[in-house]
Amino acid sequence: MALEARNCAPAWGIAMLVVQVEKQLGEFAINASFASEGGTTALFGPSGAGKTSVINMIAGLMKPDRGRIVLDGEVLLETAAYIDVPVFRRRIGYVFQEGRLFPHLTVKHNLDYGRWIAGHVANPAAFNHVVELLNIGHLLDRRPGKLSGGERQRVAVGRALLMRPRLLLLDEPLASLDATRKRGILPYLERLRDEARVPIIYVSHNAAEVRRIASSVVQLVDGRVAATGGIDLLDAAQADMLA
Amino acid sequence: MFELSPQDWTAVQLSLRVAAVSTLVALPLGITIATLLARKSFWGKSIIDAAVHLPLVLPPVATGYLLLISFGRKAPIGAFLADHFGIVFSFRWTGAALACGVMAFPLMVRAIRLSVESIDRRLEDAAATLGANRMWTFVTVTLPLALPGIIAGMMLAFARALGEFGATITFVSNIPGETQTISAAIYTLLQVPGGDTAALKLVAVSIIISFAALVASEWLSRRATARLHGA
Repeated sequence: MALEARNCAPAWGIAMLVVQVEKQLGEFAINASFASEGGTTALFGPSGAGKTSVINMIAGLMKPDRGRIVLDGEVLLETAAYIDVPVFRRRIGYVFQEGRLFPHLTVKHNLDYGRWIAGHVANPAAFNHVVELLNIGHLLDRRPGKLSGGERQRVAVGRALLMRPRLLLLDEPLASLDATRKRGILPYLERLRDEARVPIIYVSHNAAEVRRIASSVVQLVDGRVAATGGIDLLDAAQADMLA
Repeated sequence: MFELSPQDWTAVQLSLRVAAVSTLVALPLGITIATLLARKSFWGKSIIDAAVHLPLVLPPVATGYLLLISFGRKAPIGAFLADHFGIVFSFRWTGAALACGVMAFPLMVRAIRLSVESIDRRLEDAAATLGANRMWTFVTVTLPLALPGIIAGMMLAFARALGEFGATITFVSNIPGETQTISAAIYTLLQVPGGDTAALKLVAVSIIISFAALVASEWLSRRATARLHGA
């Protein structure tokens, strides 16, 4: 269990992200260990596999019962040593399934929130770059209530990017969208992956989506890591489902 | 018809001042208590909840008497505040404001608490991932989202303070120019023969003030709500 996970740690010494977490949620137990070398890692699995719980633990929104999380060599969590860096100091961008834009702020102020809270000087070049990347320039003065689902998710991605995160968590960002909107936003996510140079954890239960976005896959089943590898893993997973 | 005697004018002005001061002074405490009650669980929470609501169910005269025996010039808290800070409540307009604030407090807390409870806490999680600590999250997300409830709470408190009678007259008496609010002035006028006309004028004034306050708060509240849902 925990010991088993720790034994693997040395091999992951150079990894960008190391996650070893255990959490009991009622009847459901999560016991997941994996590492990411950067790039875009998909956390792939059926709904109810504990994917969102795992990234909530990475973000610091959920506290594991036991575990260890290391990002870029910084220990964010180590229950054995009572280390638990609070959410607001982790600098991990999070795009939620439902966007969670602040309804009382305009799109521009939503995008600017992270920079403003950190007290950084405005950086118009970075701001414009992200606005252009996601094609949300025409939305800046609107409030989230007046956006379509796809627009909302693009703004949510932009907001997370503009806080200059060390890691970007995307939790099924397309799940709340219909098929047309999904096709509309996927190219933006690909551009994000190629241009933003931020390591990404992409949570999804959709193999086709994962194939387009991710370079490596961590497959989660019933709260445990069932397999890790490249996207060829998806073929095996699909074969399993057909068998 | 609408000429008020100087004494009645004084009562109107005093009422407005008492109601405004009691509402504004109670507001920070009201927001704090409402947020604690809405969000935290702690030992003695139900006792605090009951204490906050007590003025709502207690006869106002009883509340006034309790204020008198604790905040009076010779009472323990009153004497302490007077000796160390020079704050005197008894038979002053400040005492009327205190009485009104206490009487209005439950209404204010209820309105704010309801709106804090209705806030989507996931938005606060989102603020935390964006780097906001608890205080900043409260100031930039919780407070603005609770604004319609805060406005409603202020309005209710203001209206309650404007109409307060029992606790005020028990605590600080009915001194023209110092503690005689509109309610007390109307009561006094009705005690003397031929005071009806003057009393009726004051009633009309209080209707106008209450109506204006209602319309203003409704408008503010609607604007705040509209801002939260796009527009």
